[in-house]
Amino acid sequence: MKRNPLILTLIAATLVTAPVLAGKAITVKGSDTMVILGQRWAEKYMNENAGQVIMVTGGGSGTGIAALINGTTDVCQSSRSMKQDEKLKLRDRYQTMGIEIPVAKDGLAVYVHTANPVKELTVEQLGEIYMGNVTNWKQVGGPDATIILYGRENSSGTYGFFKEHVLKNKDFSARVQTLPGTAAVVNAVAKDPNGIGYGGAAYAKGVRDVGMKKDAGAAAVLPTAATVKDGSYPLSRPLFFYLRKAPSGDTKKFVDWVLSAEGQKLAVEVGYFPLN
Amino acid sequence: MSRSLALPHSPASVRARQRLREMAIEWALRACAFSAVAGLVLIVVFVFKEAWPILSNPETQKEASLAGFVATPLWQPVGEVPKYGLIPLLTGTVKVVLIAMLFAVPLSVLAAVYSSEFAPPRVREVLKPAIEMLAGIPSVVMGFFALMVLASWLQSVTHSPMRLNALTAGIALGLGIIPTIFTVAEDALRAVPRSFREASLGLGASAWQTAWHVSLPAASAGVGAGVLLGLGRAVGETMIVLMASGNAAITSADAFDSVRTLSASIAAELAEVVVGSPHYSTLFFLGALLFTVTFLINVAAGAFVERLRKRLAGA
Repeated sequence: MKRNPLILTLIAATLVTAPVLAGKAITVKGSDTMVILGQRWAEKYMNENAGQVIMVTGGGSGTGIAALINGTTDVCQSSRSMKQDEKLKLRDRYQTMGIEIPVAKDGLAVYVHTANPVKELTVEQLGEIYMGNVTNWKQVGGPDATIILYGRENSSGTYGFFKEHVLKNKDFSARVQTLPGTAAVVNAVAKDPNGIGYGGAAYAKGVRDVGMKKDAGAAAVLPTAATVKDGSYPLSRPLFFYLRKAPSGDTKKFVDWVLSAEGQKLAVEVGYFPLN
Repeated sequence: MSRSLALPHSPASVRARQRLREMAIEWALRACAFSAVAGLVLIVVFVFKEAWPILSNPETQKEASLAGFVATPLWQPVGEVPKYGLIPLLTGTVKVVLIAMLFAVPLSVLAAVYSSEFAPPRVREVLKPAIEMLAGIPSVVMGFFALMVLASWLQSVTHSPMRLNALTAGIALGLGIIPTIFTVAEDALRAVPRSFREASLGLGASAWQTAWHVSLPAASAGVGAGVLLGLGRAVGETMIVLMASGNAAITSADAFDSVRTLSASIAAELAEVVVGSPHYSTLFFLGALLFTVTFLINVAAGAFVERLRKRLAGA
């Protein structure tokens, strides 16, 4: 059978663009930590709901929130809470302070090279390391070697969370090498016997998680589903969806599905932790 | 003159129509030429306008001001108390560019001397396009290569504690600017009149003496232009240093420390900043600074080329 390529192209183009043209596409943008999670949610949801299009992109929590304020995304994924000045900007434009919906939990894992003997650190020690006050592994029970620091760009929500909860808002050492994306940090630590890095627990491949202790007297805790869920892992954080106003229509259906047992189960499969 | 191309026996109306067409084409071409200039002007105006609050707006100056840029030792623009120290970024940029130039200039100038003075035509036919093909490698690919391969290899040789450092980024950047310097220098060397070489060889100088003492000095302005164009590219190049330098804003003279450059800071941070915030203005200030520096370097390169043309024409 001879097919007319033009007609086929037109049909394909219509199929692809029709849902967008009908205004049914939901745009999701924000946190790089959450981008894999958002994409899995979107894929599964689109499989189950033919005709619904969800477009997920990363860029960082700040980018997502800026997009929410500028009206270029429907849903913002964020690994940190919205700041006051961001809420005020949203209010100026849309007369709303935004809707915050926790959708999953994340453990902020601390990674070292697989050959590194250091198995546990207190949150305070971790802070001292990243502030540049502790510079040699032997000061925290490791070999005599300079600690090589890896971190995220200052635009990432992970950077903000780490600065607030581990450094208590003090400055990072100037020697922290910043890499774009958690995957890049994991990759760098995997290649560096003296490296240390931090990022979402879902990414830890080829590196070893360090057990975290709330303080010197506490027991070391690894980021697992149980410890993040019950809050005993000291560096856990909620992950959010932000919307301009209470969800309705297709967006509400999607958000409800994300919060359902099925959506939460998918979050666990990707390596994050459920809300309850 | 294209306008007089109308055949002499064609009627006046045909000639008039042709003239009109010619004028329309000329105007269309003129519009094309000036649209690029308009683009340039718009970009310059935009960049400087966005950077202007640093100098004019007291609200912005509370956080980010010229005095603060110099006095603050740290570059940490996000946090409770943002810190906008430009010294680490300037040190980093100078360091990486210096290493790149030290690596690329001797290599590319000597390669150009070989290609123009010594290489048999068949070798040259392969060598020149091959080196110029380096310019065709996207800088993100070059950066990725430096990040994954070059960095590991260099660390195994130098045993530097930081895997990503100024040396890695500088060498990768040097690879990126070799084609620029090589092409311009080679063209300048080949433009040296044959009579120069023949006179030198005729006086009994060896081929190397001729190349080093006659051809290279005669083409020095063109070689200088190539070096400056390479320098301009090195200062502004972003992707390679963003990927290969580690981006830690350290103020030091050590080539084995990680560095953060002006261009990489803009690339890493601009997508996230709140429009109009002091951080935003500061990043545009960095952009304006970069633009000014590369502009001056390119103007100087242009002046060199002009001098070369005059010298060779006068010879």
